[in-house]
Amino acid sequence: MLQVENLTKSYATADGRTQVLDGVSFGMERGETLALTGESGSGKSTLLHLIGGLDRPDSGQISLNEKKMTGLDDRGRSALRRGTVGIIFQQFNLIPSLTVAANIAFHARLAGRHDPDWVERLTDRIGLTDQRDKYPEALSGGQQQRVAIARTLAARPKLVLADEPTGNLDEDNAEIILMLLLETAREAGTSVLMVTHSLNLAARLGRRLHLSHGRISA
Amino acid sequence: MSARSIFLALAVLPAAALAQGFAGLGTNADGFAIPQPDPQFVFPADHGPHPDFRIEWWYLTANLTGPDGTDYGLQWTLFRSALRAGTGDGWQSPQLWMGHAAVTTPDAHFVTERLARGGIGQAGVIADPFRAWIDDWQLSGASDWSDMTLSASGPSFAYDMTLTAEGPLVLNGADGYSVKSAEGLSSYYYSRPFLDISGTLTLLDRPVPVTGHAWIDREWSSQPLSQAQEGWDWFSLSFETGAHLMGYQMRQTGGSTYTTATWIEADGVATSYPDGAFDARPLDFTTIADRTVPTTWRVMLPERGVDVTVSALNEHAWMTTSIPYWEGPVSVSGSHSGKGYLEMTGYDGD
Amino acid sequence: MTVAGLQALLSHWRRNPWQLFTMIAGLAMATALWSGVQAINAEARASYDRAANALGQGQYAQIVGRDSAPLDQAQYISLRRAGWLVSPIVEGELDLEGERFRLTGIEPLTLPRGADAPAPLELSALAGFIAPNGEILVHPDDAGTLANTDHSFRPDPGQTRGTLTADIGLAQRLLKTDAITMLLVLPDQPLGQPPLSTIDPSLVLVEGQGQGDVARLTESFHLNLTAFGLLSFAVGIFIVYGAIGLAFEQRRPVFRTLRTLGLPLGRLLALLAVELTLFALAAGAIGIALGYIFAAALLPDVAATLRGLYSADVTDTLTLRPAWWLSGLAMALGGTAAAASGAFLRLNRLPLLASTQPRAWAADAQSSHRRMAIIAAFLGLVGALFAAFGSGLLAGFALLACLLIAAALALPLTLDLMLRLGSRLARGAVPQWFWADTRQQLPGLSMALMALLLAMAANIGVSTMVSSFRLTFTGWLDQRLASELYLNTTSPEEAALLTGYLEDKVEAILPIISIDTRIGDLPAEIFGVLDHATYRDNWKLLDAVPLVWDRLAAGDGVLVNEQLSRRENLSVGARLGHDTVLGVYGDYGNPAGQVVLGMDAFHARYPDVAALRYGLRTGVADPKAVADDLRRKFDLPPDALVDQARIKAVSLQVFERTFSVTAALNILTLSVAGFAILISLLTLATMRLPQLAPVWALGLTRARLAALELVRAVCLAAFTGLAAVPLGLGLAWVLLAIVNVQAFGWRLPMYLFPLDYLHLGGLTILAAFLAALWPALRLARTQPDALLKVFSNER
Repeated sequence: MLQVENLTKSYATADGRTQVLDGVSFGMERGETLALTGESGSGKSTLLHLIGGLDRPDSGQISLNEKKMTGLDDRGRSALRRGTVGIIFQQFNLIPSLTVAANIAFHARLAGRHDPDWVERLTDRIGLTDQRDKYPEALSGGQQQRVAIARTLAARPKLVLADEPTGNLDEDNAEIILMLLLETAREAGTSVLMVTHSLNLAARLGRRLHLSHGRISA
Repeated sequence: MSARSIFLALAVLPAAALAQGFAGLGTNADGFAIPQPDPQFVFPADHGPHPDFRIEWWYLTANLTGPDGTDYGLQWTLFRSALRAGTGDGWQSPQLWMGHAAVTTPDAHFVTERLARGGIGQAGVIADPFRAWIDDWQLSGASDWSDMTLSASGPSFAYDMTLTAEGPLVLNGADGYSVKSAEGLSSYYYSRPFLDISGTLTLLDRPVPVTGHAWIDREWSSQPLSQAQEGWDWFSLSFETGAHLMGYQMRQTGGSTYTTATWIEADGVATSYPDGAFDARPLDFTTIADRTVPTTWRVMLPERGVDVTVSALNEHAWMTTSIPYWEGPVSVSGSHSGKGYLEMTGYDGD
Repeated sequence: MTVAGLQALLSHWRRNPWQLFTMIAGLAMATALWSGVQAINAEARASYDRAANALGQGQYAQIVGRDSAPLDQAQYISLRRAGWLVSPIVEGELDLEGERFRLTGIEPLTLPRGADAPAPLELSALAGFIAPNGEILVHPDDAGTLANTDHSFRPDPGQTRGTLTADIGLAQRLLKTDAITMLLVLPDQPLGQPPLSTIDPSLVLVEGQGQGDVARLTESFHLNLTAFGLLSFAVGIFIVYGAIGLAFEQRRPVFRTLRTLGLPLGRLLALLAVELTLFALAAGAIGIALGYIFAAALLPDVAATLRGLYSADVTDTLTLRPAWWLSGLAMALGGTAAAASGAFLRLNRLPLLASTQPRAWAADAQSSHRRMAIIAAFLGLVGALFAAFGSGLLAGFALLACLLIAAALALPLTLDLMLRLGSRLARGAVPQWFWADTRQQLPGLSMALMALLLAMAANIGVSTMVSSFRLTFTGWLDQRLASELYLNTTSPEEAALLTGYLEDKVEAILPIISIDTRIGDLPAEIFGVLDHATYRDNWKLLDAVPLVWDRLAAGDGVLVNEQLSRRENLSVGARLGHDTVLGVYGDYGNPAGQVVLGMDAFHARYPDVAALRYGLRTGVADPKAVADDLRRKFDLPPDALVDQARIKAVSLQVFERTFSVTAALNILTLSVAGFAILISLLTLATMRLPQLAPVWALGLTRARLAALELVRAVCLAAFTGLAAVPLGLGLAWVLLAIVNVQAFGWRLPMYLFPLDYLHLGGLTILAAFLAALWPALRLARTQPDALLKVFSNER
């Protein structure tokens, strides 16, 4: 389903160019869950952003659902984000001007796959039915992340990209969020690629890739 | 600079002594006539104006007494000053006129001033019948000055008086040719010391009937002050004996003086005295308007046995006219007693 | 500690030069408009004082001839001889080197001290001034023009341009008269003075006005300008408020750190006050410099306005006067203090360990909107009370202020309701998000939008007033200038000759006959009119008795103009002296009161006044042919005959210049409001990323987001514009029905100009579009990593 080949990416920094990714290749099957671990600055977030079409690689190839992403323009990559992938960040995922319910439905409506029953079930599943008319600022960090998960899954993406989704939460909340993500993904038949620096969390996923100095090391 | 002070500067009076800038006015006659020795006055014509001379005045002072015995002083002066010698029609006339009127009481001093252009009828002097006027102020009567009326008004006072002559005109200096400095600067100068006066003073709307004794001075010239002269101290004294003394000193830079005096017997016979015969020395000073002015004097004319103290009735008889000076009634005690008038010019603020 | 603290605080501005620029620019613009208006006012007032001193008008009582007849010199002397301290003045027009000058002859010896306008007369100069061919005082700018004449001139900055002052003797010779125009009465008069009537019953004593007629008449005009200046200042202060608020919010972490490090709160507040004072002084100085330029550019138009409307002479060169630049600095400091007070209060309440997160914009937007709406309702009530019970110009302006402030305060809630309606109607995720997000932007933009509302309302109000005025005025000109030709003669003999010749060549000869007088101590004119169809057909009376023209011709009463009617409370049927008011007519653009008598009544009352001007109804004859014939026949100068079209053109030109100042202020105010929007959007742009990044991450392109930003700005401007139309019309009504009546003495009918408003709306939307364009372009070009940073830990 996902094929990544020989991906490279460098950024201009104050000390010259830094090679963030240096020939990364791997693949993922449909329904698979994959943990991406590595030191801070090892390039895991960058890899995630490239797969999500948020940024462009310097060279290499990404194919999603047999479709080559390389060469897509901004519009094409935006369409990919709307329809095929869902991204969950560590924080600030939600649109502050919309209510919980509107946030959850937002992505699905953008993707043209809005299913009110499914949204209702997801809202129920994350336990926030009572809070559906609240605005994000009224929610705790854990609740906000739950909304983000529901919103992503409501759009029925093929692939969920999660960038340290529990990084800002305490252990109990982290556990709940992870469970929720994995379970709902499994129910929907969605693949999950999660960046984390926690080996504990990584162990809960089907497979693990370790990134070190821009290369896959294990 | 206001128009009035310009006028006064031109009018020379004490101004030439006050304002350092125009000392030249004192010495240069600029086409004006110059007084000559041995004058032959013709009356009443000479009571009238002499437009070929730069300056001229009709100067009346009086010591008055009210019904309760209070002493008062009265001044009425008409000055003529010419921008150029001669006359002209209407606004073209180069003659300018200025009137000063004042009443002094033991504790108040009322002053007012008028200015006028010549040629338009607002002010002037006619000899026969005699009339000297500026606006509503007037001194007028017989051409021989035997009987006259006098009036003036200001915002806070007015007076209406009647004058009767008792004695003759007195010519000062050499037959009316009065020398003012060692360099020979001079004027024509005569006086009328014997005048009875009575009438009503109106002081802040309160009428006061008064009687007393008045003195008229007439003087005209084109160069009254020398460069070295700062001002003068002028005394006109009437003694109880019936005699009169007119004496003045011109104060010169460096402290020296030039003095002149006329002694007038009760019968009108007059004697003039040259520089040095008359002596006046300040005994006491008063500070008025930031100036120090002598208001008590020792006055001497040894040849007539005069050695008197002259004291101001009101030390604050300050003339707040455009160019200020001191003018007020005095009392006399010592070898002789009596009353009189004192005028002091050229006491500078600094 | 203090220095270190100040450095820490100031470092913020080094990092955020744009914010610094915003604040300085906003304050400088506010100060510029304010001090510019003040500079114009100060200059005009100085001119009035000069004029009042030079002419001796206003300050001193005057003695004039009955019915403005000139005095002769003997009358002057007889007054002086009776103890009246008066000084003669002769006035007249003098043509020199092809230019017309106003010559005033004075008598320096009797002139009152305060009226001693031709000051620097030095000692040597008095003799030179009153000499037979004495010096004439002239404004330095005019001295060059006159250099080649036979007279000797002395440049004197105390003179107004176009005026000359000379000794009365010389002035009489130049004006070829022996007469005296008037006598100034000195303040201190002697005791025992007889009454004037016993000296000369043909003389009239006119009491001094203190400030002078001109100052009284023009006061309202200056109040108008000041109100405009204040409005512009308020618009500018909105910008400053935004900038200061933002800087305080962004520096909350710094404040907390400084406090944690042991800087006392009082010291922190003091440091911030010092910082703001420095900025206010710098911005104030820049503003005053800009204001000077602004005032210098506008002053000629203002001078023309005052000349046109009030015949007040105002110099058109500007002097740096402490009065206005000090007021400019004070306004800059005061405005900064007002704009910062809220931020200071919040800071004062800031707990030591408060969240360092910038507070969410929308946090208490709802409640603050409601609070503002309550204040607005209260102000609206106060305004209604002013409208119902107030009187006078100040009440009119108070009503205006209440109306404007109330409307501005009510704007956020109004817009919020509009946007909520929008989101209710929206279908689809993006439109829904668009409306919700726009609502969220509202608190950040509301200050700028309020500024825009005020600027637009002022524009609509003032342009409605001006256009209504123009419409009424041109209509009125058509009525009043019904005659095809106007004939000016120089003597009754010439008048008789010319009218005799014209007798059978034109349809009617209508004498224009008038005298100047005073009613209720203010200048007024009395006219006599012939009973002729021209008046019956063309004059529209605002109110009249039946058969008014017949009764006027029969001498039953008089007509008065609206100004006089309002000023002296003379409605139809009231008595003016012994006369009954038969009718009231509109008389726009005239500061003086007017009374119209039937011709017979006029002649009976003023037998000595002869008509020198005539209106000619040419009927079937060609006006041009009549004029050419008359000119040829009698060799008349060009000015002797003026056609209607030319008078209209001149009148309209005066009118246009009158309001060019208002137009300039309008445009400036709108520009400031546009700038406020730009600044608000740029300020918001930095805070927008966290709001936009999730939407972007969910698949909206940056280009689309940018486009939506533009649409948002345009929508907000359009909504504001919609709100501004009723407000502007309300403003126009107050201006026309209340302020105008107080200021000028006449009421104008209000006309609506929908196309103008549409045009203005277009301009506003364009301004909002342009203001939003740059922030939108910046957004479209934002690099992905800048957006991604929103999500990363390091934020």
